Amino acid sequence: MSRTGRIRLFLCAAAVIAVAYTLACTGLPHFGSAVHPYGARAVAATLKQRTANTISSINFDQRAFDTLGEESILLGSVLGVTALLRRTDEERQSSERGARVLPSTRLFGTLLLPVALLTGIYIVAHGQLSPGGGFQGGVILATALHLAYVAADYRALDRIRPRELLDGVDAVAAGAFTCLGLAGLVVGAAYLKNVLPLGTFNTLSSGGMVPVINAAVGVEVASGVIVLLAYFLDQTITTGPTTSPTITTSPGGPDGTEPSDTSEATS
Amino acid sequence: MNLFGLLPYLVAGWILLIGMYGLVTSRNLIHAVGCLAVAQSATYVLLLSIGFRRGGTAPVFSDTSTHSVVVDPVVQALALTDVVVGATVTALLLSLVIQLHKRHSTIDPDRLNALRG
Repeated sequence: MSRTGRIRLFLCAAAVIAVAYTLACTGLPHFGSAVHPYGARAVAATLKQRTANTISSINFDQRAFDTLGEESILLGSVLGVTALLRRTDEERQSSERGARVLPSTRLFGTLLLPVALLTGIYIVAHGQLSPGGGFQGGVILATALHLAYVAADYRALDRIRPRELLDGVDAVAAGAFTCLGLAGLVVGAAYLKNVLPLGTFNTLSSGGMVPVINAAVGVEVASGVIVLLAYFLDQTITTGPTTSPTITTSPGGPDGTEPSDTSEATS
Repeated sequence: MNLFGLLPYLVAGWILLIGMYGLVTSRNLIHAVGCLAVAQSATYVLLLSIGFRRGGTAPVFSDTSTHSVVVDPVVQALALTDVVVGATVTALLLSLVIQLHKRHSTIDPDRLNALRG
């Protein structure tokens, strides 16, 4: 299909979507309305479960089974990227030395790396009390490690990042979430039911299973994101006979600018 | 419903459509993956505006009274799920783009029309 034909087809479809969507919006509850039946019930259940952060209680207690699915999507994505970006025989790692790093950048990275790691652990551990939790803290942990890449070079990052181990840790943590659910079955309740003692409201040990699942998710997300980033970073330092590390296609933006004719990279 | 009450929902619809427009007109698959992320972010806006409650605060009771008025936490939890799924989908799509570039030496979708073994 030609380009103009495709855009015309899209505009027709967009008009239909816009009209149908606007009509559907008029049937939605008023913006800012005071009646939120699901929200009210979720808050009541959260307070009953003595968890201060309602979002964590919903994600890791009331809807824990859905979060198991969400976490499996993350594991599946890590597996997919691992399969797609594995190094093939004809590719080899270039042994270029990294560029020299400014002393101030090195100092910044060295000082901030432990602080960022600690922040990540704090966010994971306090998921049941304050905004945060396994997903958010896990991403902070993973990106904190990459301050080593900013402050030194790729080999320094490689040394503090045992990738084979993290591959395993990722799978074990995902399995731990699945196994934690079995605790409910053991005591004769539903799968992933919050069976641990709920503790005192607004303390670190409150929420029963919530902090435990948060920890498992935190480890899984952290190792998963590190592995993901490792495969992407490897692509930039891998050279092969038929690949060029730079992608020369210029983007055609939504403003409709015509890209230059250099979009086919020569091999 | 007056127009102001409708506006946050319409903003979400506009973000969805502008993201789809970018997908349709894209000449670079990395740009297309970005457009998909834009289209997906419409769901964050829609979810959070459905859950908004006038005068409500964050649904975290560690430093407020348990009787305080809060916004709907269910849609916020859904938005969190949404963000995670969005990030993983973006990662997987970007790795597919890298593979395409390796095999076809181009990431312009208009040039990816030949079947190759």
